[in-house]
Amino acid sequence: MEISNTQFKHCDLVSVKGRIDSATAPQLSDALDALTKTAGRYHIVIDLSGVNFISSAGLRVLIATQKECKRYNRGEVALAAVPPKVQSALELAGFDALFKIYKDTLSAVGSV
Amino acid sequence: MPTLIFPGRYDSLNKIASFIHQAAQEAQLNDFAAYEVETAIDEACSNIIEHAYGGEDRGTIECSYEVSNDRLTITLRDHGKPFDPSKVPTPDLKSSLGGRKTHGLGLYIMRQWMDKVEFDKTIDTNILTMVKFNKVKV
Repeated sequence: MEISNTQFKHCDLVSVKGRIDSATAPQLSDALDALTKTAGRYHIVIDLSGVNFISSAGLRVLIATQKECKRYNRGEVALAAVPPKVQSALELAGFDALFKIYKDTLSAVGSV
Repeated sequence: MPTLIFPGRYDSLNKIASFIHQAAQEAQLNDFAAYEVETAIDEACSNIIEHAYGGEDRGTIECSYEVSNDRLTITLRDHGKPFDPSKVPTPDLKSSLGGRKTHGLGLYIMRQWMDKVEFDKTIDTNILTMVKFNKVKV
C-alpha cells in the first residue's frame, strides 16, 4: 500500500493505493493519526481511486478517523473516487451514510 | 483438492488472496463474486490470527478449495482457540457515528457475501467451510 499526502490551506488530500487489509491498515491509521492527533488537521479528503481491496480492518480505520475529525465539530473525512468494489464494502457495512462521498478529488477538495 | 498452509501472520493475507483468486478463476466466478470471496476469506483469516491465535506467528492457517459444477467450497483449518460465532453480536449498521461499533463486522461480511458459512471443530482443529455458488451455473 502507498500513501501520499497533499496539503491544501483548508484541507489535506490523502491518496491511498493498493490493498487495505489487516497487514496494511495500521500504516493507514498511522498516516491519518499523524494528520489529526499530531498536526491537528481535521478536514481530510481520502482519495480511494487506487485502492483495489478493503477489509473491515480498513473500514475501522476510516470510521475511527471520522470520529476523531468530527469530534467538537472541528472537521470531517470525505471520500473521493471510490471504486465500485470498495463502495460495495462501504455500503454493506452501512458506512456510506457516515461519509460524504464525491466522484472525484477535485469536487471533494472544493467542498470540504 | 488444492491446499496450501500459510503462517498465521497478517502478511500472509496477500498470498492467501492470490490463492483464492486462483480458486475463483477455476470456479469461473464473475469479477465481483470473486471479490466477495476474497473479502470473506481475508476476514476469516484475520479473525483466526487475531482471535483464535491471539496474535501473529502462533500457528498456521491451512487453506484448501474445491470447485464443483455450481460452487466453490473453501475450507480453512487452524489450531487456535475454538470460535463460537453465536457470541459475536450482529453489528448495528444504522447507529450514529458516535455509537458505531465495528466489532463483528468481519463475520457479518463473511455471512453476507458467502452463500454458506459453517464453523466446526475437532479436538485440536477449527474448521471453517465457506461456499460460494456460481450464480451463472445454478
